[in-house]
Amino acid sequence: MSALTPSQTLGPYFSIGMDWPEGNRLVVGETAGERIVISGRIIDGDSQGVPEAVIEIWQADADGVYHCGDDGGGFTGYGRCGADGDGRFVFETIKPGRVRGNRDTRQAPHVNVTVLARGLLRHLYTRLYFEDETAANAEDEILRLVPDDRRPTLVARQDGDAYVFNIKLQGEGETIFFNV
Amino acid sequence: MIRVYPSVPDGVYPDNDYPAYRSSEKRAPFEAAITIPHTASEITGPRFGREKLREGAQDLTRQVPDGTAQGQRIIVFGRVTDDRNRPERGALIELWQANAAGRYRHDGDTHDAPLDPYFIGTGQVVTNEEGYYEFTTIEPGAYPWPNHHNAWRPKHIHFSLFGPAWATRLVTQMYFPGDPTLPLDPIFMGTADESARKRMISVFDIDRSVPDYAMAYRFDIGIRGADEMPWEDEA
Repeated sequence: MSALTPSQTLGPYFSIGMDWPEGNRLVVGETAGERIVISGRIIDGDSQGVPEAVIEIWQADADGVYHCGDDGGGFTGYGRCGADGDGRFVFETIKPGRVRGNRDTRQAPHVNVTVLARGLLRHLYTRLYFEDETAANAEDEILRLVPDDRRPTLVARQDGDAYVFNIKLQGEGETIFFNV
Repeated sequence: MIRVYPSVPDGVYPDNDYPAYRSSEKRAPFEAAITIPHTASEITGPRFGREKLREGAQDLTRQVPDGTAQGQRIIVFGRVTDDRNRPERGALIELWQANAAGRYRHDGDTHDAPLDPYFIGTGQVVTNEEGYYEFTTIEPGAYPWPNHHNAWRPKHIHFSLFGPAWATRLVTQMYFPGDPTLPLDPIFMGTADESARKRMISVFDIDRSVPDYAMAYRFDIGIRGADEMPWEDEA
């Protein structure tokens, strides 16, 4: 008998309660690792930007270690960004290292992503991988569960000093979402 | 050992494909989500506690100097546990809600109801060692929304919490007992399982109500709990 409380949509007015100043900046002065920018746009089935959305990320540090409960003002690995009026979001972070996988494997560098929005009764899970990690991506146990033709939806492409990761909620080019 | 969070049973969380909720029409994915095994990425998660608390965040009736919020003052409390009844300790919960007239302090809310200069509608609490939280606020009003003709959102308070892992993230809404709009609300009704829906309705508690001050409502929250499993390469 489950005692779980159901998920409910974020609704349109979440910024009242979920607005964190600089929540999208994961790096602090001494954070080690390659500084990167992740930018993207969340769009709906008509390719219109989704303004009432929050993108959250959870990632390891440059050594592939997660900092659960590390709240001392350093790198927590967690970021939150409310989309702007055009559905755009941006994070300042570091490129994560390779995290241990199951069966003695290592996962490709990746950022875990949740998508919360008005219109979604339950948040979505996805992952961001990196275009310049071809070899690691090819052996990643999670990426290998994704049909070849849809894998590109999870791979951020390099554009100058930023990695671009767009999220298509529905229809052609729909992002892969995971049941976690 | 690795923690594994069993899948949420069908119907206990809503499906995004729920046409009665019109905002889902262009936003719910068409493709089925791909089930993945849990790795370190899913069984770890951010942990926030007291360090995130803003001063006065546990009393939403007194967040503006020189006045108090209008409306029915209430105490909301409850316990956060996983579905095996283990308490979620020292965990941040974020809250937001409409004012007593059913209006949010947000530029996007154009409902013709008064703003209350003494009510912001944002709160935060941290659970104690037994998983309990408590805050003081006013009972939010119901409000109309454009989902369908004569649509009214039931009175509700938004809750956001993390749980111990990325897999346990939960954003939900607390409702009030006896609200006649609940069976008409597609957001509430989007959860197929009736007993699960009932867990989103708070319970009036006379014993926790404070005489001459505030009525109390209890809202317990159940998050996903984990089994301990050997790593596959240790099995």
